[in-house]
Amino acid sequence: MTTTVIPPVQNPEATVARPQPRPFGLVRHSLALARRSLIKTIRTPEQLLDVTLQPIIFVMLFVFLLGGAIAGDTHQYLQFLLPAIMVQTVVFASVATGVSLNTDLKKGVFDRFRSLPIGRSAPLIGSVLGDLIRYVVATVSLAVCGLVLGFQLVTGVLPALAAVAMTIGFAFCLSWAFVLLGMVMREPGAVQGTAFMVMFPLTFGTGMMAPTDTLPGWLQTWVHINPVAHAMEAARGLMIGGPVAGHLVWVVVWGVGLLAVFAPLAVRAYRRRT
Amino acid sequence: MDYAFEAHGLVKRFGKTTALAGLDLSVRQGRVLGVLGPNGAGKTTAVRILATLLRPDEGRALVGGLDVVKDAARVRRLIGLTGQYASVDEDLTGMQNLVLIGQLLDLRKDEARARATELLAEFGLAEAGGRQAKTYSGGMRRRLDLAASLVGRPDVIFLDEPTTGLDPSKRDDVWNIVRGLVSDGVTVLLTTQYLEEADALADEITVIDHGRSIAHGTPAQLKQIVGGQTVLARPADPGRLAETEAILTGVSGRPAESPSRGVVTVPVDGDAQFTEVVARLAQAGISVTELSLRLPSLDEVFFTLTGERATDDSAAA
Ligand SMILES: Nc1ncnc2c1ncn2[C@@H]1O[C@H](COP(=O)(O)OP(=O)(O)OP(=O)(O)O)[C@@H](O)[C@H]1O
Ligand SMILES: [Mg+2]
Repeated sequence: MTTTVIPPVQNPEATVARPQPRPFGLVRHSLALARRSLIKTIRTPEQLLDVTLQPIIFVMLFVFLLGGAIAGDTHQYLQFLLPAIMVQTVVFASVATGVSLNTDLKKGVFDRFRSLPIGRSAPLIGSVLGDLIRYVVATVSLAVCGLVLGFQLVTGVLPALAAVAMTIGFAFCLSWAFVLLGMVMREPGAVQGTAFMVMFPLTFGTGMMAPTDTLPGWLQTWVHINPVAHAMEAARGLMIGGPVAGHLVWVVVWGVGLLAVFAPLAVRAYRRRT
Repeated sequence: MDYAFEAHGLVKRFGKTTALAGLDLSVRQGRVLGVLGPNGAGKTTAVRILATLLRPDEGRALVGGLDVVKDAARVRRLIGLTGQYASVDEDLTGMQNLVLIGQLLDLRKDEARARATELLAEFGLAEAGGRQAKTYSGGMRRRLDLAASLVGRPDVIFLDEPTTGLDPSKRDDVWNIVRGLVSDGVTVLLTTQYLEEADALADEITVIDHGRSIAHGTPAQLKQIVGGQTVLARPADPGRLAETEAILTGVSGRPAESPSRGVVTVPVDGDAQFTEVVARLAQAGISVTELSLRLPSLDEVFFTLTGERATDDSAAA
């Protein structure tokens, strides 16, 4: 048996004085909170299944089930599929931020954050930044899987890294839409369900699995608008060669637009939520 | 006068529920205000408004002279909050929890670590500091939660039912922490459903019910609202109980009772009658092993004020 004796709090010769405000608060606070999400992710690695095992299973399924039929050859199909499925996985992973924020909001931790002198957007920016790790993990596990199956980078490492950067950048922008969902919906399940309804047309209404010109006309129209489809084509161009610039412009314009609309809305919804 | 915080006419509605119906609260610097009320009285709502987490629908509240709505950012530098439900991050260690708060309060990393180490030691969590908070017992979590609200050396601390769900020895730990805070000059608002707790810790008590303050005063003043004091006498020789009883009845003019074996009590109107009892017992040569002037318990105060038994949950509603 141990008994804890608690001496008076705050002794006079305390080593640390009362904290004083310092500049660049929003950046520092957001980074500190990003670190918090990072620690949480590392402590519960099973949360990373959707960005590790799941994309690998997708690649296997598509390559070996459809590769012969669509491309006539599984290696050819792997070359075609991998850059696009990387985009799909990373974009899909952006939903998780909204779901986990929705779960977090119900816990007391957010009350504590809200009672601290930090910017209202810091907890949201922190979560979005912390979840960048998920995109990196997704990319790495797909890269490893691709290499094992014999994927050949045609262009070079730098363009491939540019493809990764573009994809992660776009997912970062899009994730604010799901942060907004996380702020306004009551249950994490509802956030996930709604987000997936948006995600399926965004990621499958693309030229990911088959060349766009084989699709029916109405679907081609959608593919032409869909930023994720453009991201996939740009990633292909940057990894196995092909047109890049036009697609990249679409991705950047959409990304900036999504960020400009959804980030402020999300922060506003967070403020209103009591 | 310098109030550490004050609230005037706070109204807060949630849909059809009126959680606060014009609540007034205030306390001077360096004192402990106990806010006492049954379930659903509005304690948590009041604390959340003062801690800038909720906006009142009507009325206003100041902390350190600053408006909690208009000057929320500056108020947040003055306050520490320990909510009714634990607000530590379960996946982080105790140390990581406190360092995070320190960094959010603009301490540099090394300062935040130093402060966290200091607080963990003070709260008997030094050894557990490296473990995830989800492995902590209820009492340890509560202490970590309290420590987290002290990282920034706040002037005003809000403790919402800090001992609910703790066993008596853990409750004593928390009481000692609160007393330590007071000796450092911190102002404390403590909500509780335990009358004993308010009596033990608070300088002033505001009793609230249905979102309104129904009484305010020192514990002793509140006890007097309910009515007079009681003299209790225990004669050394149990054989002289009847004589003692006669003396008490004679002084007070009301019938004395014997609530337990060997003891007689009688309600009196003031200190003078107590002195009279002492004098007459001495005259009669009755020696006593116990003689006291008791105030009514806070439970009785509460019952008189609200018409509800304090221990009744919301069953009476
Ligand atoms: N977010 C909310 N939405 C709807 N009703 C609420 C909300 N918060 C509080 N209430 C209602 O307001 C009233 C006051 O609640 P409050 O939590 O302030 O009481 P309390 O005194 O803290 O009670 P307890 O002792 O149970 O903690 C209750 O009727 C409660 O149901
Ligand atoms: Mg409460």
